[in-house]
Amino acid sequence: MKQNEFDVIILGGGITGAGTHRDCCLRGLRSLLIEKKDIATGATGRNHGLLHSGARYAVNDPESAEECIRENMILRRIAAHCVEETDGLFITLPDDDLGYQKTFVDACRKAGIDAQIIDPELARRLEPSVNPALIGAVKVPDGAVDPFRLCAANMLDAQLHGGQVRLGTEVTGFIREGDRIVGVHTVDRRTGENADYYAPVTVNAGGIWGHGIAAMAGVEVGMYPAKGALLIFAHRVNNYVINRCRKPSNADILVPGDTVCIIGTTSTRIPFEECDDVAVTPDEVDLLITEGAQLAPALSSTRILRAYAGVRPLVSADNDPTGRSISRGIVCLDHAQRDGLEGFVTITGGKLMTYRLMAEQATDAVCRMIGVYKASYTENTPIPGSQVKSYEEVAGKIWEKPSAAQKSAASRMGTRAADISEGDASVICECEEVSAAELKLAIDRLSASTLTDLRRRTRVGMGTCQGQFCACRAAGLLAEAHGCVEKERRDLADFLQERWKGNFPIGWGDTLREAEFTQWTYKHVLGL
Amino acid sequence: MSYQEKTISNHNFEECTKCTICTLYCPVMKVNPLYPGPKQAGPDGERLRLKNPWFFNYALKYCMNCKRCEVSCPSGVGVADLIQSARIKYDKSAPKLRDRMLASTDFMGKLARPVAPLVNFGTSLGITKTALDWTLGIDHRRSFPKYSGRSFESWLKKHASKQAAFPEQVAYFHGCYVNYNNPQLGKDLVKVLNALGIGVQLLDGEKCCGIAMITNGMSAQATKHAKHNVAVLGKAVDAGLKVVATSSTCAFTMRDEYRSLLGVDNSAVRDSILMATRYIYEKLENGAKLRFKPDFHLKAAYHTPCHMEKMGWGVFTERLLRMIPGLELTVLDSACCGIAGTYGFKKENYASSQAIGEELFKHIREADPEVVACDCETCKWQIEMSTGYTVMNPISILAEAIED
Repeated sequence: MKQNEFDVIILGGGITGAGTHRDCCLRGLRSLLIEKKDIATGATGRNHGLLHSGARYAVNDPESAEECIRENMILRRIAAHCVEETDGLFITLPDDDLGYQKTFVDACRKAGIDAQIIDPELARRLEPSVNPALIGAVKVPDGAVDPFRLCAANMLDAQLHGGQVRLGTEVTGFIREGDRIVGVHTVDRRTGENADYYAPVTVNAGGIWGHGIAAMAGVEVGMYPAKGALLIFAHRVNNYVINRCRKPSNADILVPGDTVCIIGTTSTRIPFEECDDVAVTPDEVDLLITEGAQLAPALSSTRILRAYAGVRPLVSADNDPTGRSISRGIVCLDHAQRDGLEGFVTITGGKLMTYRLMAEQATDAVCRMIGVYKASYTENTPIPGSQVKSYEEVAGKIWEKPSAAQKSAASRMGTRAADISEGDASVICECEEVSAAELKLAIDRLSASTLTDLRRRTRVGMGTCQGQFCACRAAGLLAEAHGCVEKERRDLADFLQERWKGNFPIGWGDTLREAEFTQWTYKHVLGL
Repeated sequence: MSYQEKTISNHNFEECTKCTICTLYCPVMKVNPLYPGPKQAGPDGERLRLKNPWFFNYALKYCMNCKRCEVSCPSGVGVADLIQSARIKYDKSAPKLRDRMLASTDFMGKLARPVAPLVNFGTSLGITKTALDWTLGIDHRRSFPKYSGRSFESWLKKHASKQAAFPEQVAYFHGCYVNYNNPQLGKDLVKVLNALGIGVQLLDGEKCCGIAMITNGMSAQATKHAKHNVAVLGKAVDAGLKVVATSSTCAFTMRDEYRSLLGVDNSAVRDSILMATRYIYEKLENGAKLRFKPDFHLKAAYHTPCHMEKMGWGVFTERLLRMIPGLELTVLDSACCGIAGTYGFKKENYASSQAIGEELFKHIREADPEVVACDCETCKWQIEMSTGYTVMNPISILAEAIED
């Protein structure tokens, strides 16, 4: 086989693409993943980070609910360091119908979700931040999952099994032989170099951008983009996921994730042209705070760190303009059967929670098409870093002096943290406690080439200062790694601009003070 | 817009803009690499501890609670409060015997008083110091405060009727140090206040302010003391009295630490608790007169204790001292002496403690005064031991300067 020939080409570096890439590699296929930007830049990195128990879908979409709870339990096993087993509450407030609770619990149990009605008083004790006015509570096995970490770990495992990745590379066209797609034309967005890659099967895992990829291949996938806006609060208000026990609606999930908590979402249909640059509006911020404070009143007096929005790749099934009633079920299309186009598979629908199952289905389709008969074993194969028995033990192995950076590294990297034990323990990001060693590892092993790439892989710049102190330090490391200061200066400016984008919709109070301080530092002191 | 008004943070630690000024003013960070510093231990650490208590770092015990981080913070973050509160909340290890002994200033004073000469002789011996170092971890290089054979309380009780005869009255929180170690300071205060026509009363049974308990992992006992003291302070305040103190740490603890660290509501008494220097300065400013000795002369250097800095009251002591004719005063650059109450007595802190104090010691040697003036007794022990200069409470200097 030549350098540019593979068994399968996967388009899209979100969690679906990364998972499929990994599954293909584990099944012994030569796999190439092509991503226009970076890992987890689309919906993968722009959601709650909720490890759904499936309870939210139990009443309206039992099939999704069953998939969720099954995958939920699998992820706890195979991706332990990406998951926090927080559990969740579905609360009934005085305005809600308490009668719905029974419907809800019955549906959960039918789907195999361990839903337990608990006394409101117990709920207040378990989760002191919960709205004390609640009149009913159900405990479910919800949790939190770090999508960046999960995506990067899947990529890393694929790489360890021979997979190749081209980040920052855009597909400009398909190479066809009659009714068969046999490869892709690409351009490297950073260098402008063109390259062609060949494989008997190409998988479209482009999320909402998969719509355009399919169109480029000449087939129609009826997707439509539903924007969801979320707010990040500056610290953890809650330790349980808090949901509203009612028909799914706006801003009714509050998820504790790492050092922050996230309220969301909204659901608004947007045109395809807006998918690349979605902004959060003042009305959405207003709605998120107002509704969020219903779940946990403390949110109305907690600093907001950022606002962001993602675009759900929903597959049209009916005419619901909000997209709420659409199944979040997995859609795996073999375009040979559907459209007579050989060598092309689209994997879409679904959600972060079911990425592994989506990957398994897509890889099954790939295997079928190229005549490889191997079953997936991702269900029982831990991803790198997740074989953690004790975080204390992992932390103890990195550096001598006990520090927050050491504990943070252990909780982020799991057993992979052993890789930085020899490295530079200097703290680069003080809010999230990211060391120089952790960043260097992300540059060397997780193909991070910009500050934003580093952020996704390590949490650098995700804390309350939003890059004020760490950005220039991390830029120094990148400049050293790339041997180019000028390029890094531009990257630094881009990074700060991107941080400001998330601050802008919620730019008041302490967040504004801090953003101003950042501006003074970079503009007036550093002359950027 | 409505949501903008609604989401101003109630969480003080979220007001930190990460400007990092506090780390520049932290005396411990300069000398102890094991200490993560006020920003990391305070607001940064708080987020991590809220995520998971596992992130509590035992190195927080190196914080001296000097509050210089809070004084320097332009955003008004209670940095040291966050650190001490985290220790109270997350450090579940039982305090060592040594720490319990050091913290129980009241109890130890009661024990030592009847046999004061024996205790003083004993603690001055090298062999005792070596034994305390080995068995308890109290550094052998430390000198111990001397105990007095008679308590200040019993002295003042004897003079109660004479004091009650003065037209104006004030209550005095003398603290453990005046009661057991240096009753003379209390007598000096009585002399000065009497000269102003003010009689001095005891509170209705004060207890140790509890600061040493707070910093030594005994917050439950400290809370008991705090509640008791707020109650007896309340009686005095209800009777229309101001309460003065001669120890800056006692005053600071009752004013600020009760509320912010122990959650004890002191709002009814807080504003009535004053340092004696401030109280007297304000009297003199408002026209009260003291008769100073015409031939008084003293060269003094004023060291502002950290807790005096935190209260912002160093200026009152300084102004008061400047009112004394014949007093040649140098105000030393503000720097921590390094002892921080019981902190410097601990073997593991001795080296840091002395390294922190070195800057101040240098300033004192340069000023070369006859006495160092200072409102804090533990600063006094540290400065006397480390520089050989005599340290006097400003009230004692004032008492010496006025006619008998």
